[in-house]
Amino acid sequence: MTETPVTSEMRANRLRAGLKRRYAREGRFKLYGLLAIGVAVGFLLLLLGRIIEQGHTAFYTHTVTVPVYMDPARVDRAYPQGTNFELLVAEQQLARMGIADDAQGTKAAELRGLFSSELKFAAAERIQNNPNLIGQTVPIAAPLSDDADLYFKHEISLDTPADQRRLSDEQIGWLDRMQASGQVAAHFNTGLFTKGDSTEPELAGVLGAVVGSALMLLVTAFIAIPLGVGAALYLEEFAPRNRLTDLIEVNINNLAAVPSIIYGLLGLALFINWMHLPRASPLVGGLVLALMALPTIIIATRSSLKAVPPSIREAALAMGASKTQTVFQHTLPLAMPGVMTGAIISMAHALGETAPLLLIGMVSFIPGIPASLGEPTGALPSLIYIWENASERAFHERTAAAILVLLAFMIVMNAAAIFLRRRFERRW
Amino acid sequence: MTWLFLPILIAAAVAAYFGGRALARRRGKTLPGKERPHSRPGQHGAYALIWTAVPALVVLLAASVFSPDIERQMTASGAPEAVQQLEPFRREAFFADARAVGAGRPAVQIWPAPYAELLPTEGQRAARIGQMLDLGGIVGAALAALLGALFVFSQIRPGMRARNRVEGWIVGLLFACSVVAVLTTVGIIASLVYDSIRFFSSVPIAEFLFGTQWSPQTAIRADQVGSTGAFGALPLFAGTFLIMIIAMTVAAPVGLFSAIYLSEYAGPVFRATVKPVLEILAGVPTVVYGFFAALTVGPAFREFFNGIGALLVGGPLDGLGQYLMVVQNQMALVAGMVMGIMLIPFVSSLSDDIINAVPQSLRDGSYAMGATRSETVKRVLLPAALPGVAGAMLLAMSRAIGETMIVTMAAGLAARLTLNPLDTVTTVTVQIVTLLTGDQEFNSTKTLSAFGLGLTLFLVTLVLNIVAQRIVQTYRQQYD
Repeated sequence: MTETPVTSEMRANRLRAGLKRRYAREGRFKLYGLLAIGVAVGFLLLLLGRIIEQGHTAFYTHTVTVPVYMDPARVDRAYPQGTNFELLVAEQQLARMGIADDAQGTKAAELRGLFSSELKFAAAERIQNNPNLIGQTVPIAAPLSDDADLYFKHEISLDTPADQRRLSDEQIGWLDRMQASGQVAAHFNTGLFTKGDSTEPELAGVLGAVVGSALMLLVTAFIAIPLGVGAALYLEEFAPRNRLTDLIEVNINNLAAVPSIIYGLLGLALFINWMHLPRASPLVGGLVLALMALPTIIIATRSSLKAVPPSIREAALAMGASKTQTVFQHTLPLAMPGVMTGAIISMAHALGETAPLLLIGMVSFIPGIPASLGEPTGALPSLIYIWENASERAFHERTAAAILVLLAFMIVMNAAAIFLRRRFERRW
Repeated sequence: MTWLFLPILIAAAVAAYFGGRALARRRGKTLPGKERPHSRPGQHGAYALIWTAVPALVVLLAASVFSPDIERQMTASGAPEAVQQLEPFRREAFFADARAVGAGRPAVQIWPAPYAELLPTEGQRAARIGQMLDLGGIVGAALAALLGALFVFSQIRPGMRARNRVEGWIVGLLFACSVVAVLTTVGIIASLVYDSIRFFSSVPIAEFLFGTQWSPQTAIRADQVGSTGAFGALPLFAGTFLIMIIAMTVAAPVGLFSAIYLSEYAGPVFRATVKPVLEILAGVPTVVYGFFAALTVGPAFREFFNGIGALLVGGPLDGLGQYLMVVQNQMALVAGMVMGIMLIPFVSSLSDDIINAVPQSLRDGSYAMGATRSETVKRVLLPAALPGVAGAMLLAMSRAIGETMIVTMAAGLAARLTLNPLDTVTTVTVQIVTLLTGDQEFNSTKTLSAFGLGLTLFLVTLVLNIVAQRIVQTYRQQYD
């Protein structure tokens, strides 16, 4: 009996000490959780931050305006495209800056490298539209070459040793003089959004890829959404409980987890090698993406059909509607917001999918803007892959810009899905 | 070409609808007294529409799927001796050019003497065959539509159960939609297996699975250096495994802990802000992660390790320093880590679902015994959710194995049998992309090996998925 108070005191002390330790452990555990979330959010910020940092410079570009004396001795009235405008402009510019060239024209060649090839086409077009300009001095505006553009964006600096940068000291000096004389102007890079791909970074744009992606998504949506909704309706509302239904269900769940590159192999073997559909066309791309999006749409549709309470179906059936009428006139309309949300999200996912597109041939350089489903085209994600692989440094900023364009499309689609969900979602 | 018939077919089907409806209305009036027809006129119309459109569509689809093959065989079999003797590959190029010449465009290739003269005539013949087949498809479709419509119009009478028949068709169509999913699987397996068999007929399976030498560049000349054409895929499996392990070391703890925090600690406001952030992370296309890995993480890691190497050189760890000085951008660590980041939201949302499926009564019981939240998580929730979490991790592993873009852009091409995360390794998916995006003829062993790799990848991910889904399903049923 004499020991009891001591024991309870000791026990309380031990408990208190233990409690402190347990609370500390609790705090640490909570901290790990917060840290994990911090890591995830931090990575997202880092990712977006880096891409914006790398890509924002691609949204403006530098144009040079040069007065060109359309020398009648060198510009052919009948065939202005044949004129070497670049050399003509470079020689005149050198003369204007008071620099004497050597016999081989080395300096003119170097100066030429600062203008993009667009200059030639712009000048030729002016002459073609108005041959009377020959003999006059015409100001022609054209983008600077990618390296010159990078210099004005402070990506190439004089601090780098001359043999490690793409512009010589002399070229940089010329650029500075042209800027001082007001010939160089910075402006929004409209070409990025109005041109197709090009091997020259300063002339490359994303329009071809955007149109290609849009055509592809159109095919995907037309095939995957009706098929997916149909399959989901069957499995959720009509299917008898038997082995075949089980097989289909297991199948769909597994298809949803098949790696995307396998769909690329399927597309290559089935659509291109067996059915001989045109390589790298939006048709084949859309078909492959449709097969890929199908399981996700089926799963999303089924879950929104499941959310419609059975009382709705029972009421319709009780009023004498047939099974089909119940499904198409009551269940499906009520599940529609969920179906559309799922469909949009899976379309956004399909938009960003790259690997299968590479296998069906969208890795090659395709300059034009596609006009039909059958001609070869690029797509936004494959363009990003191609530009990332390009050796010119100016393509890096354009890759990041193309990513920003892609992300913008995805954000718009996801926002539409969220809006639909918020606006029409019904809790029963 | 045959698809130009589609608008006409649609118009015909719509006409059949109205025709069927009018007919049903007229014949319905013949009923005596107050008796009414079984189905409404519109349902008869719909029945007519289905019978007009569906058979014709089937004919059109069959025509467009099979006519290229038939066309090829017909053009080839009717061709002159010289053309027939060409290899199939060349023969197709010949007919492609012949069609171009026949249509007035220039040929792509330059053809030697006997062929050059044959181009225009053969082109015209091929074009005739094509037109004939197209016409055949259209006539067949039109005939099918006509017969279908006539069949229905002969059937329409007040007692016909048009509604039930239409509904039977609708259910049939919906069933057909769900069969497409099965057909996709069949298509995947068929295309992978067909080309894999051709690959394994030249490379034994054992050599493919256990060989340690991967250099798919087959020799064009016999004396070519460095073109052994070895197809031992073990280094690729090792590389894939290494990158997957690195990715899981990042994704598993971070994903699991954020799921635990979100479901057990976070308040509603915190949840509502963090969840969308994770969803954005999940929605970022993998090509973007690849760009991030190749241009940001890779160079940063290389500089970091090169810097450490520079410090170590000359010291007691000189060898390690020398090694660190030369590590490249494309180390396995970079691709693995970025892939891990990509998987965080995937792991997190799966684990979140699974933790939320644990009944509240288990938590309440634990709290009532005086346990803290973390003790409840560690001693009650996680053991209860363990099978589900394990399933989620298996699914994430399967994602990591099948992921393509990050590794294509940030891992290397060197097939090396190593588990050193600072080395450059290559993966199965990288090799598939590399093998199939270069310029080569389709039937070489090198290209076919991509299908062998694809089949392996498909089987491994399939087994992982099936096991994972089984585990998750039985886990869920336990608490339902």
